[in-house]
Amino acid sequence: MTDRILLAHGSGGSLSHDIVNEGILSVLGNPILNKLDDSAVFDAKGKIAFTTDSHVVQPLFFPGGDIGKLSVCGTVNDLSVMGATPLYLSLALIIEEGLPIADLKNVINSIKEAAEEAGVKIVTGDTKVVNRGNADKLFINTAGIGIIADGINISGHNARPGNKIILSGTIGDHGIAVLSKREGIGFETKLQSDSAPLNKMIAEMIQVSNKINCMRDPTRGGLSSTLNEIAGQSGVSIRIDEDKIPVRREVAAACEMLGLDPLYIANEGKVVVVVEAEDADKILEQMKKNKYGQNAAIIGEVTEKHAARVTLKTALGTSRIVDMLVGEPLPRIC
Amino acid sequence: MTELSSFRQSDMAKGLVESIKRHALKEARYMEFCGSHTVAVMRNGLRQLLPKTLTLTSGPGCPVCVTDNSELDKAIALAQVPDVIITSFGDMIRVPGSHSNLQEAKANGSDVRVVYSPLDALQIARTNPYKSVIFIAVGFETTAPTVAASILQAKQEGLNNYYILSLHKVCPPVIKALLDSGEVNLQGLICPGHVSAVIGAKAWDFIAKDYGIPCVVAGFEPLDILQCIDMLAQQTAKGEARVEIAYKRSVTHNGNITAQRILEQVFQPAAASWRGMGDVPGSGLKLRPEFSAYDAELKFDFDPGPTKIQKGCICGEVLRGVKIPTECKLFRKVCTPLNPIGPCMVSSEGSCAAYYHYGESNDR
Repeated sequence: MTDRILLAHGSGGSLSHDIVNEGILSVLGNPILNKLDDSAVFDAKGKIAFTTDSHVVQPLFFPGGDIGKLSVCGTVNDLSVMGATPLYLSLALIIEEGLPIADLKNVINSIKEAAEEAGVKIVTGDTKVVNRGNADKLFINTAGIGIIADGINISGHNARPGNKIILSGTIGDHGIAVLSKREGIGFETKLQSDSAPLNKMIAEMIQVSNKINCMRDPTRGGLSSTLNEIAGQSGVSIRIDEDKIPVRREVAAACEMLGLDPLYIANEGKVVVVVEAEDADKILEQMKKNKYGQNAAIIGEVTEKHAARVTLKTALGTSRIVDMLVGEPLPRIC
Repeated sequence: MTELSSFRQSDMAKGLVESIKRHALKEARYMEFCGSHTVAVMRNGLRQLLPKTLTLTSGPGCPVCVTDNSELDKAIALAQVPDVIITSFGDMIRVPGSHSNLQEAKANGSDVRVVYSPLDALQIARTNPYKSVIFIAVGFETTAPTVAASILQAKQEGLNNYYILSLHKVCPPVIKALLDSGEVNLQGLICPGHVSAVIGAKAWDFIAKDYGIPCVVAGFEPLDILQCIDMLAQQTAKGEARVEIAYKRSVTHNGNITAQRILEQVFQPAAASWRGMGDVPGSGLKLRPEFSAYDAELKFDFDPGPTKIQKGCICGEVLRGVKIPTECKLFRKVCTPLNPIGPCMVSSEGSCAAYYHYGESNDR
């Protein structure tokens, strides 16, 4: 048997069945998925959250994770930040001809691990193979369904003046870890991507407080873009404190070297939480009990209506505007 | 952010700011030559801390920004040559030339790759023996020695598919040209940290001696820059003009001799075209004749076409320190980092990008 994915693996013929049965079902199988009908069928009651996300990352494997883990955690987190309990995911693979089958198996195993940790099931899926050059090794799309319990109303539109901003941990870990392995930029670091499913921590937070107004995971575009989105959607201003934002030494050093700002670097296992001030300490304490929230901190507050701008108080006591990310962050020259 | 706190301690900053206020009694204009200094000043809101007597002016020290349209056009034309892989620092690929940029060339089918070092470009040449790999060699004395090292390495390995387009520039001649123009009246120069690490602080001796302008080499953390400004203010107060180093952990008087030797072995001085400044004699670097086989301009047949300058863009004046970005009619309205009209809006070290990202309220 070949050790690489061939176009025939996507043809719908016997090689396709091999890859689905041996490569995927044997690892991810569950009663809903195993039926292999044209749709997954299950019962659901209550308000439903539904999201989708496509994952393209280069390289596929990086310190602390891979595209498989990302594709599960990303969708789980997108559901969780709406206050939903994630239940079911779809999994669609677009594979470039020639991908080593061992790589695919490793990715599927990561998907299994991440799904188990998050307590979600892959219930439907699809596999396509495209000609060499028509995709970059492997693209993954996942969609997810979660249930929102009664009384929960969490949205990017709900930030109000006086609310506190909590960040669940250090920023920039994922972006810098991936960058460190990219062709042409490679540098040595022990840094790991923070890729993680946050649904359990978020469920614990919701349990101790009903005063969480918005949550968002600061992925591409980094913390700055997430805060700007919240400020824009809610029509408020946000002020954050540079001294309070946790940044790992390795991330700070890499950013200094490359001319990047940690505020704009991607995260895959962090959440920004906007809460009523009176519950801020209680929620923070709860987050710190979870391994994904150990470095959580209150980093700022919502200040006023209408202006929709984010400002930062620097460690020197001066202030500056924090803008949305524009374009791709690029390493500097000198 | 907590981790770099040793350079950002507010107590030390307060002490330095008080010292600056004690010394800066006379009006003075200091130029930060280097774009990375401009960004650090804006990002940390340092102008808000300085007394009204002091004005900071940005200079031409952003290698991407001073790359002329005619030079960018060459890079873009080279990208159209069949079987060529263009390698470039990330900052360069969005900078508009006369008609297009490298990013568009890539979207149109050219093979354009971002690298962090020319040594990575060399690696691409090794793994693609049937392609010609051209490194767009932009940068000051900081990056030029690594490019020189890549040429020596290519020669040693007998690698015959690696070329460079040398758009290098060197700093001292352009500062001289700037001062000779009489357009800006400076009482102090914040000298570039990384450039000085290579060429040594001695490179600025002529500015102190011939022009009577105090010079202090600075690092890039806020405390480095405040210390530098304090040292300049003390010189101004005493009526002195000397070269000092506020970045001793990286910079010496004589610089990095090994890097200087490699540079001289591979390159020789040449005239260079600076955006906003025109041709400045001796301010560029071209490959010495014995390394001409690596010169992309000599190797390939390409036509960059006529050079066109964007109307209304004042990048040239911004680079000379004559105007500030907010005086440009295009700033923030037409010219934004997503749709940059001039290079100062593209580069992460560009003045316009710094003003755009970190806010005009920072300006004084």
